[in-house]
Amino acid sequence: MTTKSKNYTSTTNACKLCTPLGASLAFRGVEGSVPFLHGSQGCATYMRRYVISHFREPVDIASSALGEKHAVYGGGPNLKKGILNVMKKYEPKIVGVATTCLTETIGDDVPMYLNEFHKEFGDLDLPDIVQVSTPSYNGTHMDGWHGAVRSMVEQLCTEKAENDGHVNILPNLVSCEDVRHLFDICEDFGLKATILPDISETLDGPALEDYMKIPVGGTPVEEIKKMSGAAATIELGRCVPTKSGGTSLEERFGVTNHRIGLPMGIRECDKLFETLETISGKEMPARYQRERGRLIDAYVDGHKYIFGKRAVVYGEEDLVTGLCAFLAEIGVDVILAGSGAKKKGMAEAITAVTEGVGRTTPEIHEGVDFHDIAERAGGLKPDLLIGHSKGYRYAKAWNIPLIRVGFPVHDRFGGQRIPTLGYKGTQYLFDLIVNAMLEKKQADNPVGYGYM
Amino acid sequence: MNEYTILEERKDQIHRTGEGALDMACNRESLAGAVSQRACVFCGSRVVLYPIADALHLVHGPIGCAVYTWDIRGALSSGPELHRLSFSTDLQETDVIFGGEKKLEAALDELIDRHSPKAAFVYSTCIVGIIGDDLEAVCRKMSEKKGIPVLPVMSEGFKGSKREGYLAACKAMFKLVGTEETSDISPLSVNILGDFNLAGEIWIIREYFRKMGVEVVANITGDGRVKDIGRSHGAALNLVQCSGATLDLAKMMKEEYGTPFMRVSYLGIEDMADSLYQVADFFKDVDPDIVKRTEDLVRDELSKLMPELARMRKDLEGKKVAMYVGGSFKAFSLLKAFRHLGMKVVMVGSQTGTKEDYAELERISDPGTILVDDANPLELSAFIKEKDVDIFVGGVKERPIAFKMGVGFCDHNHERKEALEGFVGMLNFAREIHASAMSPVWNFVPRRAKKQI
Ligand code: SF4
Ligand code: SF4
Repeated sequence: MTTKSKNYTSTTNACKLCTPLGASLAFRGVEGSVPFLHGSQGCATYMRRYVISHFREPVDIASSALGEKHAVYGGGPNLKKGILNVMKKYEPKIVGVATTCLTETIGDDVPMYLNEFHKEFGDLDLPDIVQVSTPSYNGTHMDGWHGAVRSMVEQLCTEKAENDGHVNILPNLVSCEDVRHLFDICEDFGLKATILPDISETLDGPALEDYMKIPVGGTPVEEIKKMSGAAATIELGRCVPTKSGGTSLEERFGVTNHRIGLPMGIRECDKLFETLETISGKEMPARYQRERGRLIDAYVDGHKYIFGKRAVVYGEEDLVTGLCAFLAEIGVDVILAGSGAKKKGMAEAITAVTEGVGRTTPEIHEGVDFHDIAERAGGLKPDLLIGHSKGYRYAKAWNIPLIRVGFPVHDRFGGQRIPTLGYKGTQYLFDLIVNAMLEKKQADNPVGYGYM
Repeated sequence: MNEYTILEERKDQIHRTGEGALDMACNRESLAGAVSQRACVFCGSRVVLYPIADALHLVHGPIGCAVYTWDIRGALSSGPELHRLSFSTDLQETDVIFGGEKKLEAALDELIDRHSPKAAFVYSTCIVGIIGDDLEAVCRKMSEKKGIPVLPVMSEGFKGSKREGYLAACKAMFKLVGTEETSDISPLSVNILGDFNLAGEIWIIREYFRKMGVEVVANITGDGRVKDIGRSHGAALNLVQCSGATLDLAKMMKEEYGTPFMRVSYLGIEDMADSLYQVADFFKDVDPDIVKRTEDLVRDELSKLMPELARMRKDLEGKKVAMYVGGSFKAFSLLKAFRHLGMKVVMVGSQTGTKEDYAELERISDPGTILVDDANPLELSAFIKEKDVDIFVGGVKERPIAFKMGVGFCDHNHERKEALEGFVGMLNFAREIHASAMSPVWNFVPRRAKKQI
């Protein structure tokens, strides 16, 4: 594995986002929840703006709005006041508090403040409050996401619940459409699923008559509390931290944790379905057998258009790994896989998922920005880029298609509805890639084929 | 309105025109937990300086502050595009513990060599204010070493609101003013301040001035160049647009170089024409023909514009508008522009209005109009409902609120991709409003669908 090709000091066009953003997104996927950033106002506003451009939904993230004097004397009073104001206005069931760089640096002791808060206002009808430490100088938005998930599991699910046969799914940062698909799959297996977080409605809701203070949907807090009683947990992602929501449930309550990759491509999808077969004791429902069959049929129909094409893949560590697993199967050579995250085991994960199928071993770069990626990839002459919107300017410069997946997709419509998981999501991506190659061929050809 | 929607502490930041004396509390810190739509000091500085296209803009801090401001505003450049890249020192834990000065120095060294910018702006963020890096010292040292101005922007996010960021930006820019030769500048010359060349708007305005025979010395800051700012003190007049993001710079230049300034607006027919006439008036002693040239220009433009506006007005007459903008100066122009379309403004809010701004708004708005400072999603949605608004004008954060409630929307902030300034901008604006207000999709949104039954 290679890390940065040269060790630049500066970052140009980062390929990652900051930690509290990931935490806010995860908190957004819980019923009745308001994400709350402990820091100055700017961070919350910036993140809202950023998240909104992808999901096109209202995203209210509260802030303790620290000013200069709080930065000097500590942010405790504003944190408490802020939570009280959120309670007054939003009547939340749960408030998810994430720190920011500022409050981490001044050393605010959030657990202590929250303790005091509970003592001072214990007579009020308090919401659940979950907190997570998310300094951005220590990771990426994915650390924030996983950190928030684990915090919710640990701070809300504290007792062993009775086994009711449901399954926990920790889906990773995937699209709203993907979460909906996971629910459907479980249902077809006859399994009730607790998906944490569940952004399927909270970040992609219907038009409404009235403004909802907090969007409908999300994982109910009651269900989170009962995760200890699940038949098993399925944690998606091969690069999830060693200590995670899933491992915590396993250690504390003996809930078996199945850590598998994001189900992208036949083999990684098969793992998900095998796992569900094990848990439910049922065979894969016929519709998925058919979906799988259709996917293989499509692989065959389309293989010539894409064989040997050279792809650069970038973004979140687990998404990149999943994409590599899929691309290896269809004969697209990943020449470079990059992520802004460091030390997440992405290289090992990619090796594992491409082994025996991939025709090439991609260069794998962790902790990179787009300047690094471009510097390497420019010379590698890629045919397509796969990742979020931020790669657009490079795709344009190299005159190659960009397949948009992941977060953020803010230069296209419907980013929250891009399917990537399961045979169905894989099918969608496959069609997209084949068509992008066909379109490129048409565009570059002076005659232009009208019939393929 | 739901009493819970407005927090007690926010009551004196909301006013209804005609209902009692106006005593708006503004320029106040945002309330904790209120989900303010406001950003931070850094944001203010970044907005103002970002469009200087041949300068390096390095954000000294953790990654988020730089990422979230990466090319989000689409300020166009007719030449270099260095401003559209996102540079950061991406501070890591060790830097936070041991200080980030070394990293900053190395980053500047590297980036200046790589891009050969004409100047570098180094933005301070919250964390830098806390760990106490001596930005000024590093910048001084690097200026000497690299032979270009390396300017610290003291923009720690928590030290106030956007306004303080404007001031920090102006202070940084002011160091560039007066560094270049001015002998070849025409006596009929202006600087354009406070325009950011969104969707190429500054090019529209420059064309008007060209037709009037006025030289534009520096665009500050849209499509900006370091060298032009260096000679901007040679211009005869500063034109300061809108919210006053660059008003501080104009004041500094007046003090130091005696350059007079005037506040203008390029939005809407009235204010656009008025601004051009004011400029003509200013120069009429030097060049008496300028008044005639300006009148011709305006007449010409209006003759193209008016028939089209009239057509749209037929559809839009009587529709109700709410707006929430950054600087309130823009709201004045928009209010008038909406009157031209026969529409009724029922709510005006701003993030950074001053007492004087709100007084002016109260004066020009219809009775019963809601004025609000530093609003938040719950308040905005309550007002939309109360006033049964047809169109909302705001920015990205307001858009989903309006859409969720089935209300048309026009993006009128720094992220707009349509030119809305000038006469042609008024036409674009009217078209956008028309397209949103008249779309058949509103028949299906729950709030309207119910009404039709
Ligand atoms: S850290 Fe400070 S400077 Fe950066 S976005 Fe947050 S408030 Fe603004
Ligand atoms: S200060 Fe930290 S939390 Fe805030 S925007 Fe910057 S990187 Fe993100």
